[in-house]
Amino acid sequence: MSQEAVNGVPCRGKVLTVENMNPNVKRVEYAVRGPIVQRAVQIEKELREGVKKPFTEVIKANIGDAQAMGQRPITFFRQVLALCSYPELLEDNKFPEDAKQRARRILDACGGHSIGAYSASQGIECIRQDVARYIEKRDGGISSSPDNIYLSTGASDAIVTILKLLVCGEGRDRTGVMISIPQYPLYSAALADLAAVQINYYLDEDNCWSLNVAELKRALNEAKQHCKPRVLCIINPGNPTGQVQSRQCIEDVIRFAKEEHLFLMADEVYQDNVYAEGCKFHSFKKVLFEMGPEYSSTVEMASFHSTSKCYMGECGFRGGYMEVINMDPEVKAQLTKLVSVRLCPPVPGQALLDLVVNPPQPDEPSYTSFMKERTAVLAALAEKARLTEEIFNTVPGITCNPVQGAMYTFPRITLPPKAIDKAKAEGKVPDMFYCMKLLEEEGICLVPGSGFGQKDGTFHFRMTILPPTEKLKVVLQKIRDFHLRFTNEFS
Amino acid sequence: KLMMSLQEVNPRVRGIRLSSQSGLHSLTENNTRDIIQGAPQSFKEQINISSGDPQRAGMKPISFVRQVLAVCLCPELLSDEHLPLDVRLRALRLLEACDGESVGSYTASSGLPHVRQTIAEFIMKRDEGVPAYAKNIFISSGAQRALMVIVKLLSGGEGRLQTGVLIPHPCPHGLLPLLDEAGVMAVPYRLIEEENWAVDLSELERALTTARGRCEPRAIYISNPGNPTGHLQDRESIEEVIEFVSTERLLLLVDEVYQDSVYAPNKEFISYKKVLFEMDEHLRDTVELVSFHSLSCACVAECGLRAGYMEAVNMDPGVMHFVDTMLCTDINAPVTGQLALDLMLSPPGPGDPSYNTFVHETLVTRATLAQNSQRALKLLNDLPGMSCRPAMGGIYLYPRLDLPAEIKEQANMLGLEAVVLYCQMLLEEEDLIVGAGDDGTSGSHYLRLCILVPPDTLEEVLSRLSSFHLRLSDRKLNRIV
Repeated sequence: MSQEAVNGVPCRGKVLTVENMNPNVKRVEYAVRGPIVQRAVQIEKELREGVKKPFTEVIKANIGDAQAMGQRPITFFRQVLALCSYPELLEDNKFPEDAKQRARRILDACGGHSIGAYSASQGIECIRQDVARYIEKRDGGISSSPDNIYLSTGASDAIVTILKLLVCGEGRDRTGVMISIPQYPLYSAALADLAAVQINYYLDEDNCWSLNVAELKRALNEAKQHCKPRVLCIINPGNPTGQVQSRQCIEDVIRFAKEEHLFLMADEVYQDNVYAEGCKFHSFKKVLFEMGPEYSSTVEMASFHSTSKCYMGECGFRGGYMEVINMDPEVKAQLTKLVSVRLCPPVPGQALLDLVVNPPQPDEPSYTSFMKERTAVLAALAEKARLTEEIFNTVPGITCNPVQGAMYTFPRITLPPKAIDKAKAEGKVPDMFYCMKLLEEEGICLVPGSGFGQKDGTFHFRMTILPPTEKLKVVLQKIRDFHLRFTNEFS
Repeated sequence: KLMMSLQEVNPRVRGIRLSSQSGLHSLTENNTRDIIQGAPQSFKEQINISSGDPQRAGMKPISFVRQVLAVCLCPELLSDEHLPLDVRLRALRLLEACDGESVGSYTASSGLPHVRQTIAEFIMKRDEGVPAYAKNIFISSGAQRALMVIVKLLSGGEGRLQTGVLIPHPCPHGLLPLLDEAGVMAVPYRLIEEENWAVDLSELERALTTARGRCEPRAIYISNPGNPTGHLQDRESIEEVIEFVSTERLLLLVDEVYQDSVYAPNKEFISYKKVLFEMDEHLRDTVELVSFHSLSCACVAECGLRAGYMEAVNMDPGVMHFVDTMLCTDINAPVTGQLALDLMLSPPGPGDPSYNTFVHETLVTRATLAQNSQRALKLLNDLPGMSCRPAMGGIYLYPRLDLPAEIKEQANMLGLEAVVLYCQMLLEEEDLIVGAGDDGTSGSHYLRLCILVPPDTLEEVLSRLSSFHLRLSDRKLNRIV
């Protein structure tokens, strides 16, 4: 784009433009923070400026950020982190002894006894040891080595790192990565950035969003014609769908990965967020090892966890880790090299992770209040999950699968043909059109299903179940009312 | 074949060259582990001055920063009267700037609006009125991460069309692996040792000419004050670079992380942006400049909190949108780091309860840095086979080593760089870890020493280093490492 300067001398265009920048970047989109959120932020600004709207606040039910919606952090964790930040507080007797002891231990493991020093790029060693012990305890004693643990800047960092590591080949040999549809858009964004091939496998909406191997096979076989499938990603509990995979299903996936020589990526950040009766979190690693050495010594896997979800909800700290299983030592050396480029994960996030894997024990002073807080958070989420499913299913035109786990609901919405036409006329995807209208009329910000992927001809939205219960009830009412109005308007 | 093998690893990852620094680092990590497990080693406490990490070496953080962060982390402390009032008020204000008034919430991908505004105001004040806007400021998990975003935007092309970036030689030790990871060709331009590591225009031109035909040079990276050289560019030098990038249509990437660390007498930091805005209108309106700053600077040195920012000047708005999109994949920079940026760039003012302590702590750090630099420079230059240019700022010294032939031969036999062997031996004999520099022209070798350390530590470092170095010069080398 060239412009004429005021005095008539032609200006050359910019050195860096959208046209001449890295073409892969143009394909990167992240729906959770996309145009609808930008509009929501704009509306909030207008409200602050006194513009009159049919609502007084924007409810951001688009992002899995519990504390932004009022969930309180765990007191014990914040006490230890404050002590780490300003160790003079170790003299203050308002802090319990178990918090002080943990703070001292963490500081002793930091360079210069300070959280302000860089750590080793793989993460502070004693924290990796604590993570390994946590995993062993969680998985009934199956051993975990600290050398296989990589601390990261949130799970996202670790996920992108593994994808980066495993993308290779050209043309028909290009790495294909299987991801579930609907999916968490970080995966598709990373694959676009890496120019890897995205292989979609569809979760079964009619069966509670379950995964079935026949569909995996279909997707894989089709993909083999134009790429080399190397990786299979699964999110359990699921985002955005909330399904908690059965043990049988996990075994089937592991078997499939072994048969097809696929590297398994198990995103387990919602592992404590399980609500539905009869549902239980089974870690991929545990199931793998219980399937015997034929599988446990051959299937290659990375599993991911973070401090952003579960009962902690500490998104802002960017704490997380991955455990790699059965990785070829030469490949692992490349992984270690790759993580060293980014220096180290934030130390407060590492410290927080240490507390998550090493919480107060029954014989410690903070145990009772810690358990109380933890239980309350999870119970509230379970109640909200139930409420959401119940209310949405009373609305004609909205069908909602049970929210078995995680933090979201992904209901299917029926849109009248006239609405679909109107959307197309405005150059909008129909569920984006719906969500934008909801935002403008009710001040509720959701993410359209098109941002996550869905079967052709179906429409959805993703809503978090995080607003406080009373507010959630209001939100559910308003969406119900809106949906009926919308259906009427376009009938 | 059951396992994913090396052949299937991303060739770009395989191609990331571990700097000699990292090679040394893995050696040191093994060493540290032995010490922890109580294996008999030397009785000295290990000292590590290989990287720009003052707090690791024992420098203390700024109290105000840590106090405010503690209150933000644990808001019960808002009512703790032992903490100064300005600490508590600032914490309150910062918490209000966070979603849900918690540091545990996500923020916008480019950073908290409140902090971006603080940064803009800092820049405007620093540059004596040159306008700065929050919308041109992007907060990231460290300056390196911001640099990676820009380099990725620039990258593309294969073979002779591969993007190239001009980088200084010597350069900060993370820079080459970063460019390797982004698939961008590094095009080195020599800094002129004889002129205290100055930037030389004819060298820039030579590098650029050589690069064209091998790749598509699209940007030039400069650090000022220089990392690791400590060189500070004067206005004239900066103007030359600006004119050069304008003529040659290059994006200008300026790492100004050590802007707060200038100590040479009668020298002051002047930002590239300020110089640009005082040049003619055509340059001011067209030169595309991205400058970087971070918490890892001298006075605050909060490397472990991982936050930095970039300011984009004259960048295409369409491209800026994609900067934000790229930052989305990190979700956001750690919130405690973002808040620390606010505290760093908007510290206590005169009249505030914390002001005196803050000023005192900052002055002590600056004085330590200046004195250490002077002391170390003298000692290094007095050692036979070592010579060091004076630094004007930054937190390193970069002495040249004339290594004995035996060391070079031994290193060759072991497949190591000579300077890495030197550093390895120094570690084993004196428990001192120093940084390996980039090999210079005509096979010269350098060390990278972080001198922002407590004065006692510096004395210990100099004592061990000179003791080792003198022994080395004296004896015959007959041991196998």
